Amino acid sequence: MQKDDERLVHSRGEEFLQVFKKGAEFTQELLRENERLRFRLLELEKSQISGEPAPAAELKKLNERIADLEQEKQEILDRIRHVEEENQDFAARYLEIEDENNNLANLYIASYQLHSTLDFKEVLQIITEIIINLIGAEEFAIMLLDEKSDELQAVSTEGIDRSEIPAFRLGKGIIGTVAQSGENHFASDFDSYERDFSAPMVCIPLKIKEHVIGVLAIYKLLMQKKEFAAVDYELFTLLAGHAATAIFSSRLYSDSERKLSTIQGFIDLLTK
Amino acid sequence: MSDYNVLIVEDSPTMRQLIAFALKRIRGVRIVEANDGVDGLKKLSSERFDLILTDINMPIMDGLKLVSLVRNDANYKAIPIVVITTEGAQEDRERALALGANDYITKPIQPTKILDVAKNLLRIV
Repeated sequence: MQKDDERLVHSRGEEFLQVFKKGAEFTQELLRENERLRFRLLELEKSQISGEPAPAAELKKLNERIADLEQEKQEILDRIRHVEEENQDFAARYLEIEDENNNLANLYIASYQLHSTLDFKEVLQIITEIIINLIGAEEFAIMLLDEKSDELQAVSTEGIDRSEIPAFRLGKGIIGTVAQSGENHFASDFDSYERDFSAPMVCIPLKIKEHVIGVLAIYKLLMQKKEFAAVDYELFTLLAGHAATAIFSSRLYSDSERKLSTIQGFIDLLTK
Repeated sequence: MSDYNVLIVEDSPTMRQLIAFALKRIRGVRIVEANDGVDGLKKLSSERFDLILTDINMPIMDGLKLVSLVRNDANYKAIPIVVITTEGAQEDRERALALGANDYITKPIQPTKILDVAKNLLRIV
């Protein structure tokens, strides 16, 4: 769909450029014709002054032709102006689509990476890379919900020691509320935000459909990152879903691998 | 046969993919990836490169060391180098440029910016 739009914009741009070129050539031609007729008129006027009688019908015809050409020229100039305006619109739209393409590519690569492994640690590492390199966060924690104790605990941190992050009860405080409600939290003012482990500047639930398995809590952005762009919110949505699925499946896989190896151990013991 | 050989030195596979994706818009580009500075030097010795893009914070050998080594090697010193990093402080930028980097891009990654800088250094109009 995106590619079709882009191709359409591109071909329309080419088409307008051709119209524009033809218009310019035609205008040049008209100007030359105009000049030629003016010269002819001048000659006729001269011959009239010098006593030679100018054929009135020819003079009238030439004047009419000049008027027609002038009108045509004006129409073409108007058309060129219109095409130029349209070209500018297309150029702006092209840039917009280019941006959208880049953002989609980022999202695609991020999700592709997230699902490229079943190793739990690797999944956490990929989430961390996405948050640093694509969102631009400097300090953050990935917390998972322990459904037995209803507590959220940090499993991975960046820029902060993991031991510094306390456990949070489900439904309590900002982090607990985000985990319970499944709704994103953004601090009202990033500029005046001061780090508070229980009140992150951004808190995103990691959820599979409506089932929250943990949260991502951001405490500080990179110094050059002043505000969130539209694509960041897309990334948050992507992380909320895809990161949760990747974490969940890698954990399941690790658990089943562990169980399999235990069972295999028993089988080996029994059969030997 | 490629028109431009570009070396990406970055420890994060996700970042390498993102940078490579941005650069693939250049017609005739061939991309080689390295995990760190040492790996980057190894790749540099095996073929000719037209551009190097490197991260700073990497294990084994960081990007600044790589910039310095490349700039002091007669065989490679003409290759343009772009540093792509999370370090946004002015002194970090100045340090990298003083060591010989041609440009300095801060993360979060912006594909358009990377493409523009690469095209400029590869002298693509």
